[in-house]
Amino acid sequence: MAELTRKGLQGFLARQGILVAFAVFMIAFAVANPRFIDIDNVFGVIRSSAILGVMALGVTFVVIGGNLDLSVGSMMSFSTIVVLDLHDKIGPTLAIPSMFAMTLALGAFIGILVGYLKLNSLIVTLGMLSAIHGLTLTYSGGKNMDIADKSGTWFSVFGQGSVAGLPMPILIFAGLAIVLSIILSRTPFGRKVYAVGGNGVAATFSGIPRARVVFMTYLMSSFCVATAGLIQASRSLGSQNTVGQGMELEVLAAVILGGASLLGGSGTIFKTVIGVLILGFIQNGLLLLGLAFYAQYIVTWIIIILAVWLDIAAKRGGLWSRIA
Amino acid sequence: MTDQTPALRLEGIVKTFPGVRALDGVSLTVMPGEVHALMGENGAGKSTLMKVLGGILAPNEGQIFIEEQPTVMSSPMNAKAKGVVFIHQELSLADELTVAENIFLGELPKKSFGRVDWQRLYDETDAILKTLNVGFAARTRVGDLSIANQQMVEIARALTVEPRAVIFDEPTASLTDAEKVVLFEVIADLQSRGVGVIYISHRMEEIFKITDRISVLRDGQYRGTLNTAETNEEEVTQLMIGRTLDLSRNESTHELGEVALEVRGLSCGGLFEDVSFSVRRGEVVGFYGLVGAGRTEIAETLFGLREPSAGTIHLAGEEVSIHSPADAIKRGISLVPEDRKGQGLILGMNCRDNMTLPQVSDLTAGPFVSDGAEVAIFDQYRDKLDIRTPGWRQLVGNLSGGNQQKIVIGKWLSMRPEVLIVDEPTRGIDVGSKSEIHNLIRELAAQGYAVIVISSEMPEVLHVSDRIVAMFSGRVMREFTAEEVTEDSLIQAISGLTGKTA
Repeated sequence: MAELTRKGLQGFLARQGILVAFAVFMIAFAVANPRFIDIDNVFGVIRSSAILGVMALGVTFVVIGGNLDLSVGSMMSFSTIVVLDLHDKIGPTLAIPSMFAMTLALGAFIGILVGYLKLNSLIVTLGMLSAIHGLTLTYSGGKNMDIADKSGTWFSVFGQGSVAGLPMPILIFAGLAIVLSIILSRTPFGRKVYAVGGNGVAATFSGIPRARVVFMTYLMSSFCVATAGLIQASRSLGSQNTVGQGMELEVLAAVILGGASLLGGSGTIFKTVIGVLILGFIQNGLLLLGLAFYAQYIVTWIIIILAVWLDIAAKRGGLWSRIA
Repeated sequence: MTDQTPALRLEGIVKTFPGVRALDGVSLTVMPGEVHALMGENGAGKSTLMKVLGGILAPNEGQIFIEEQPTVMSSPMNAKAKGVVFIHQELSLADELTVAENIFLGELPKKSFGRVDWQRLYDETDAILKTLNVGFAARTRVGDLSIANQQMVEIARALTVEPRAVIFDEPTASLTDAEKVVLFEVIADLQSRGVGVIYISHRMEEIFKITDRISVLRDGQYRGTLNTAETNEEEVTQLMIGRTLDLSRNESTHELGEVALEVRGLSCGGLFEDVSFSVRRGEVVGFYGLVGAGRTEIAETLFGLREPSAGTIHLAGEEVSIHSPADAIKRGISLVPEDRKGQGLILGMNCRDNMTLPQVSDLTAGPFVSDGAEVAIFDQYRDKLDIRTPGWRQLVGNLSGGNQQKIVIGKWLSMRPEVLIVDEPTRGIDVGSKSEIHNLIRELAAQGYAVIVISSEMPEVLHVSDRIVAMFSGRVMREFTAEEVTEDSLIQAISGLTGKTA
């Protein structure tokens, strides 16, 4: 108990620092440019965060399970290209399930390598980032993919439609977040993900099939990627091969920012949603302040470093430590 | 010894954390050439005291004297420079570096332009290793050494300065009996060179074997110092926990039921061979042997973590094959593993979730985990096992060792197993909780569980078992009943001296 209260303030800052920093950011941005808290701008930020957010939901499962997934960016490119290509060949009704099946197959493949063969997830998914990119380019022949008749397809509903004034991407993001949050926090499977990520050996000693649980987290991640690809394709109805490039880091940033530990075993869907929004608002705020778009790449990196530092600091109960 | 200056003296040390007086005026005097045991239950303040001595924590009050010179320890390096050296329980060596590099880490001898003076490094290291009488050389890679030899490297590290006091913190936790002998020789050697030794351990046999005096802490307070030669385990225990610990032979008996588990000719690779035994309901069978005798491996095989290469397992008379922990659990075999924190618990998870983990798939209402059912199980076993925690939301990592072990035991009891295997039930647990867990094991047997206890501590095995299986090098050497066993015959059996199996 003594240890807990001793570094009370420092500990609080270490644990809640990201929210405090976020609040300061928001206020500063709002003062600098009142348009920042304009309702249209707020909706705009949430909508443009939705694709990233949907991917982050899946990666949350992977990270809580104690692994990483750096393949989601190029996997999303793959999904987008595939569904656009198939749209004109077999029609949207068949294209969508076909694309989901192909993306899930990629997820299953990663799940086998990391779960059953117990290969290091960083290496596997970093390799898959590159391999899937190659797969996409091979599939498309390197050309951009476009739907021929852009105005005559109902396929645009996922990216451009809205229900009761709410844009579809936001609804999909919110709906998926609720469902996945319930799965993670309320079902036996969710509990097992925490157990496997918290201490895989102890989970095994409790009769939990660790390999299968890890496999399932990658399957969930690829499902979310397929959903994100669907929104992306539907929104633009045409795409480059590199549409998801670099998103894996932003996704990871959002998940870590939300408070999931890179070491596994902690985090929630709700926190990830917060992480996604923080990232989105900060990037938007910087744009409104007049920073060049490219500065966002640097800012994203800074945010990742900050979040990881705070994660470690929360573990040791202070921002600095002489040992470890 | 009486007219010498103390090597080290702590006077009235007070250390407070908000709300807690972790050390309440503790004094301790260590004479040169003395081995001084520091004992106390977990949480008594031993580690805090050592952190103060090592310069990691600053005391609120009190004074440290080295050879009667008042001194302030500002950092671990500073403490070492003043001749106060720690040999930690957990090794902190770089596996990939040589012995010499590890010993002089941070203070490598230098030549001009900052180049390392390798010749001097190896010469000085060999000189130190010679005094320790070890069988490895300065250029050996540390990762290639056994745990015991790595500990020797830690000790050698201490000798790069002229030590006045050396503190050993649970040094034998991971050592075999043979390795302990070497360690004790080194301690005796330090002693003969006039170094004051502080020896922290839970293990009474060791304390009585090698120490001259015993100081006891309880709840942050100094409880007194005893001359080892004039006291006994009971008196020390009483001082530590304020009551006596019953470590007599097991005498209670109860009705034994059917044979719950029978193992015939079980073998697994080179780990154990042709092992046969049976356990009846209501019976505690103790497995005793040295580290590496194959006891844990048998438990892991029964629990589906290893595939047997030969032999059969029968549960309630029926032959079963077990290929995974899930299989074992389904058949009613439970394992409280040896490494509580590594294998038994998810430290970042709360008490309730840890306890219900193996059955979480069954505790459902519709597709969801049923909170109510989980809390009910937790409450039941918290009361039954007297687990002290502020509530089920408490993270298991914040509990004491004894309460953590009870969570693991509760986890498996709540599965209502036919056979409960407990591997090293009281490792790293303070004396008070130890006897509670021993009583608990006896009680479980009385309730009709078939219990297997694996332990490296003879008093423990003798105290809880109805029957004892002695193992040596992967084989069952002999089986004893509680009435016929003697310490001598048990030691002979586990040393491989009895020749034939029973």
